[in-house]
Amino acid sequence: MLDHKDIVEEIKVIVFRLKDEEYGVEVNQVKSIERLEHITRVPRTSYFVKGVINMRGIVTPIVDLRRRFGLEEAVYNETTRVIIVAVGEIEVGLIVDSANDVIDIPINAIEPPPEVVGGIEAVYLRGVAKLDRRLLILLNLDKVLNTDEIKQLENLEA
Amino acid sequence: MEMNQYLDMFIEESKEHIQAINDNLLVLENDPESVDLINEIFRSAHTLKGMAATMGFEDMAALTHEMENVLDQARNHKLVINSDIMDVIFKCVDLLETMLYSIAGGGDGKENVSHVVAMLQAILSGDFSPAAEEETSEVAVAEAVSVPEADEQQKLGNLDEYELTVVEQSQQTGFQAYWIKTSVQDNCILKAARAYMVYDSLDSLGEIIKTTPSVEEIEEEKFEKSFEIVLLTKENIEKVEKTVLNVSEIESVEVLVIDPKKYKEQQKTVKAPEAKPITVQSAEVKEVAAKEEKAAPVNKKPAASKTIRVDIERLDVLMNLFSELVIDRGRLEQLARESGQSALMETVEHMSRISGDLQSIILTMRMVPVEQVFNRFPRMVRDLAKDLNKKINLEIIGAETELDRTVIDEIGDPLVHLLRNSLDHGVESAEARIAAGKPEEGLVQLKAYHGGNHVFIEVKDDGAGINREKVLAKSIERGIVTEQGAANLSNKQIDELLFASGLSTADKISDVSGRGVGLDVVKTKIESLGGAVGIDSTPGAGTTFLIQLPLTLSIISAMLVQVEDEKFAVPLSSIIETAVFTPDEIMHAHQQDVIDFRGRIVPLVSLKSIFNIPDSEESKESDISVVIVRKGDKMAGLVVDSFIGQQEIVLKSLGKYLVNVFAISGATILGDGQVALIIDCNALIK
Repeated sequence: MLDHKDIVEEIKVIVFRLKDEEYGVEVNQVKSIERLEHITRVPRTSYFVKGVINMRGIVTPIVDLRRRFGLEEAVYNETTRVIIVAVGEIEVGLIVDSANDVIDIPINAIEPPPEVVGGIEAVYLRGVAKLDRRLLILLNLDKVLNTDEIKQLENLEA
Repeated sequence: MEMNQYLDMFIEESKEHIQAINDNLLVLENDPESVDLINEIFRSAHTLKGMAATMGFEDMAALTHEMENVLDQARNHKLVINSDIMDVIFKCVDLLETMLYSIAGGGDGKENVSHVVAMLQAILSGDFSPAAEEETSEVAVAEAVSVPEADEQQKLGNLDEYELTVVEQSQQTGFQAYWIKTSVQDNCILKAARAYMVYDSLDSLGEIIKTTPSVEEIEEEKFEKSFEIVLLTKENIEKVEKTVLNVSEIESVEVLVIDPKKYKEQQKTVKAPEAKPITVQSAEVKEVAAKEEKAAPVNKKPAASKTIRVDIERLDVLMNLFSELVIDRGRLEQLARESGQSALMETVEHMSRISGDLQSIILTMRMVPVEQVFNRFPRMVRDLAKDLNKKINLEIIGAETELDRTVIDEIGDPLVHLLRNSLDHGVESAEARIAAGKPEEGLVQLKAYHGGNHVFIEVKDDGAGINREKVLAKSIERGIVTEQGAANLSNKQIDELLFASGLSTADKISDVSGRGVGLDVVKTKIESLGGAVGIDSTPGAGTTFLIQLPLTLSIISAMLVQVEDEKFAVPLSSIIETAVFTPDEIMHAHQQDVIDFRGRIVPLVSLKSIFNIPDSEESKESDISVVIVRKGDKMAGLVVDSFIGQQEIVLKSLGKYLVNVFAISGATILGDGQVALIIDCNALIK
């Protein structure tokens, strides 16, 4: 019989690629993964907001995650995906290079993030998970989608 | 037992019952001997008691129980309702309402009921008010209408005040009102059919405003030998008689002219309590809407319609799913056209028609009669009139007018404000009215009606009107207008000063200016709903507030425009018109492109530059397409590449992530599934 101590808590994450790294967001924050379709530009918003799309009748903002993290931009192609995530009342689509995996990560494999990972500041990260040889960077969506920060950015630009 | 799942249902149903008690009490106040009404109130109270006891709200159950006892005595003729008892019962209802709100707000619904319960018990034991004994102990039986043969007008059945008003008004337009009593022959076989033929032939002569017994009862042959009809017509008495006698198996017909003046006099002199259980005498508050139903005999009785409660969120989901369907329909239509297969095209066309019908049904599902808001006003006006010691007659017209649920939820408070205003400042005291040669009883009218894509609500009083001098004086004092500016104001502009925020905040002003408590709040609220409010006042004759509201907040008419590759929607409500100008018509003033639009200099706003729209490098016509938009009196011309056309669009929010986007008020989804942004013209006009 299994002892309770032997059961390792796991979280399920959606794995996606951005530049050369693999990232993960918790599956319970993900509503769906979509192909990139027509985006309507919304003028005078933050430069990383690509615009809005029609997600089955709901107008959903789209954020280019590369731009959000200040990474170099890439041309959208066949593998480009939009991950629709929901945090609280906010629902946003994140443009990523590709999304192709769902895996379980044992909680104890997650380590706190170093200062900068793959060019992304630690505040946006929940941690880093080591799985065999794979290194998975877990995003802290609350921070990534924090609108207060967007407002500050806008004020700076203005 | 787990009660939470029933709590919502309990709250909703209790609200309905309390409202019903309130409504019926108001009618009862004017007709205290109607056993039917007391029965009705008793039933509501009884149900309420049962529900409250089941749910474990003891105070509520205890209070309704005592109330029920009093009502029980009244309906068994052991107690006569007088105004003191009415006041106590009204207090009960108020307490019940407080408890219910406490429960709805997550509270325990406990309230100190001992005082009211003691009063109720005092009523039962008979030592509450000795006045009760002095009241006439005769109790009318509602159905038995005894007609004293001696008086002609008295014969004319029981016209209520509403019907009398109709008669009076139609007389002014040349119509005559007849009371027609038709008797069928004893051996007549199909009485109902004959009656129907009489009804039908009279209906062709004019308008039937009343039948006794009711149309349903006549149809069901629930009459002995004769029935009565009140007809409005321009024909003479002979013609009417002949028309009835033309129907076979009619034994006799008796036609009398109804003279509303005489009729009213008779009413006053006779004033026998057993004569007219339904007639409202010296009504303080009455609800015309309810009577309208009684008066229109062609309408079926308000049959207890079968309804189902649906969470509004589910309707929203349904709406979203449906808009998806509409988008797919658009694609299908296009594919079918391209394929050229006629069978496919026909099927798609059929589907389009069905989904069109479906769309209008879904939209109407969100519509509710404005009655839901209006029905709390008779009680409010009654209480307020009592407090202010004024005589006020509230007329409600058009309560069946429908509005989107979201608008209904918001419109109550502004209306309360306006009604309070009319009662407090509009209608004068009884003495002042008599001195001014007006009837002692003030009239406040609450009226709703449809007009185009809008619903209008009027709050009208026949009071003293706005005292413009005082409004002006106060406005100057408060710095809302300068003295020079004031001299140039039209009467209408002065009236609208009441909506200025500075004027309304000070309480003192309400006494001095005659009006103006919180009217700026009303204006803000209504404008936030996409509506508008106007004011119209005639000194000495009264004031009317007119509210204009959109039918629904979820669908608006818009003009779709294109700039380069991007499409935008401009709400039709802010568009004056669209126009095309040649380049040499563009002028410059203060480094700003302007145009001469009907003698006015209107600045041009380039959507392309203001929205940083990327150039598609397509060659364009040299003519300049402009949408002239307005914000109040100010105008601006939005420069676009082309007009796509006018369309009804479904409003969508941009969500919580994109907040305060400059000059964009929302988005909509076009037929091709793409999102178009809705331009907020107010932000573009400085």
